Amino acid sequence: MTDLKNINLEKCLELLKGKKISSKELVSFYLKEAESNKKLNAYISLNSENAIKSAEESDKRIAKNQARPLEGVPLAIKDLFCTKDILTTAASKMLKNFKPTYESTVTKKLWDAGAILLGKTNLDEFAMGSSNETSFFGASINPWSKDNKQYVPGGSSGGSASAVSGNITIAAIGTDTGGSIRQPASYCGIVGLKPTYGRCSRWGIVSFASSLDQAGPMTKTVNDSALMLDVMAGHDKKDSTSADLEKTNFYKNLKNSKKLKIGIPKQYKNDQLSKEIVKFWELGIEFFKKNNCEIVEIDLPHTEYALATYYIISSAEASSNLARYDGIRYGLRKNSEDINDLYEQTRSDGFGDEVKRRIMIGTYVLSAGYYDAYYLKAQKVRSKIINDFNQAFEKVDVIFTPTAPSDAFEQGSKIDDPIQMYLNDVFTVPVSLAGLPAISVPIGLSSNNLPLGFQIIGKRFDEDSVLSAAKIIEESANFKKEKN
Amino acid sequence: MDIDKKLVKKIATLSRIKIEENEVERFSNELSKIISWVEKLNEVDTKDIIPITNPSDIKIPYRKDEINDGKIKDKILKNAPEKKAGYFIVPKVVE
Repeated sequence: MTDLKNINLEKCLELLKGKKISSKELVSFYLKEAESNKKLNAYISLNSENAIKSAEESDKRIAKNQARPLEGVPLAIKDLFCTKDILTTAASKMLKNFKPTYESTVTKKLWDAGAILLGKTNLDEFAMGSSNETSFFGASINPWSKDNKQYVPGGSSGGSASAVSGNITIAAIGTDTGGSIRQPASYCGIVGLKPTYGRCSRWGIVSFASSLDQAGPMTKTVNDSALMLDVMAGHDKKDSTSADLEKTNFYKNLKNSKKLKIGIPKQYKNDQLSKEIVKFWELGIEFFKKNNCEIVEIDLPHTEYALATYYIISSAEASSNLARYDGIRYGLRKNSEDINDLYEQTRSDGFGDEVKRRIMIGTYVLSAGYYDAYYLKAQKVRSKIINDFNQAFEKVDVIFTPTAPSDAFEQGSKIDDPIQMYLNDVFTVPVSLAGLPAISVPIGLSSNNLPLGFQIIGKRFDEDSVLSAAKIIEESANFKKEKN
Repeated sequence: MDIDKKLVKKIATLSRIKIEENEVERFSNELSKIISWVEKLNEVDTKDIIPITNPSDIKIPYRKDEINDGKIKDKILKNAPEKKAGYFIVPKVVE
């Protein structure tokens, strides 16, 4: 009997296509595992009945040798993707009963490729957070938690990271606005890829900040991420910012290793960075050198302004996007005789504190008299940050940095200090502002025996180099996934 | 910039979020801290810099202005908290 618990996506496909296991066995096994690991709180809802039915359909196709690329594979989907007739909450009280009448483009592509929805995963409310603690459904837990302490899985795609790391799904998808795929991947010891802005359609993803949001895979290996992204990527008429490019071949291209020029930004080596992170950074550089890569120091002079820029722009876009929750057309409603009172009561009751803070910050920076000083200023600094990257990429193929300034922290330790929480995203946010692709790949364990990931950033639409470099780290680090 | 209690109330109204009297001070402190923190951007010289709204270099494509769905009234109304005879129900707005 194969150990179904520890298999990755590649292995899973091999077993299914070789008819060593049936999809029904696999899906039943993972539903049971998900049920018995409820303490992780990784799922907001499980798709139990439908998943078994879909697995039976997949088994029929496999029997007839009509298997599609992801035929019969159970996947966990962040509860920010609209799934037709299936609860989609964004982890908010506002949408706790919302069942969309349509399917997001990215999830539709996955189902059309034969994948099966196992369940919808937990997240920070409306993807606003770095610890999963702002979820209306309670925080998801990092499977690496130990010594009776509860560590956060990171956020906002914390439930997806927890599910992959806790072996209660084969793979997952998340969304990344300022680091929401990469930071939880680092905290949970998995691979998380944020593709180039425009690579995947945003249609049917509950909007947070439209100039930053991007869907991506969260998987056990680099190969698995490439496999997933090949299915998820592609132009969509329903998203005017999605890129009309040739069909991707990330998985196939990974077999040809490239000689890469690796950039190390000196501004990321600040005084606050722990010795431990610096040590792993040097280790990673050694890995690249051993694989005939050239190391080049680069300059990203506006790095220290990225977080402030991000919080102005993302909050401004959020305040505009979340204006749709008015209690009239869908979602929660608090009734009143007066229309303004109805709006205010509904939004006060439906949104949590972090979402309210961001809507108010966004409203303020867009308001008359303050627009130029904050929002317009941030848009200009964003131009400068993008220019920094453009110049750096004239000299290098990819950039190598830590994913986050620390390993996972304990639940409750930062939730009362918004700015401390925002600092988790210091290395991931500049990439988001520039719309570049970046991956987090595990490199080792911290002195506290928790996973640490490192980030590889690429040029626009050059996920191939990002994946290639990630593969070097993955193979050299040989990260042990066994938890104590 | 200090976001005082009066300004918090104004922002809350613009945001259509009701804030209880006992929450005003907390939001004033939190928002003031965040806004002071983002004012770090004033250090950056942005003279003659073009602001950007989107990192994509894709030109937004034109499309024909034509209806390509329709007859989805039931779908649109399906999640309405209150509806009647094919309409959303709202409080009386015009006196």
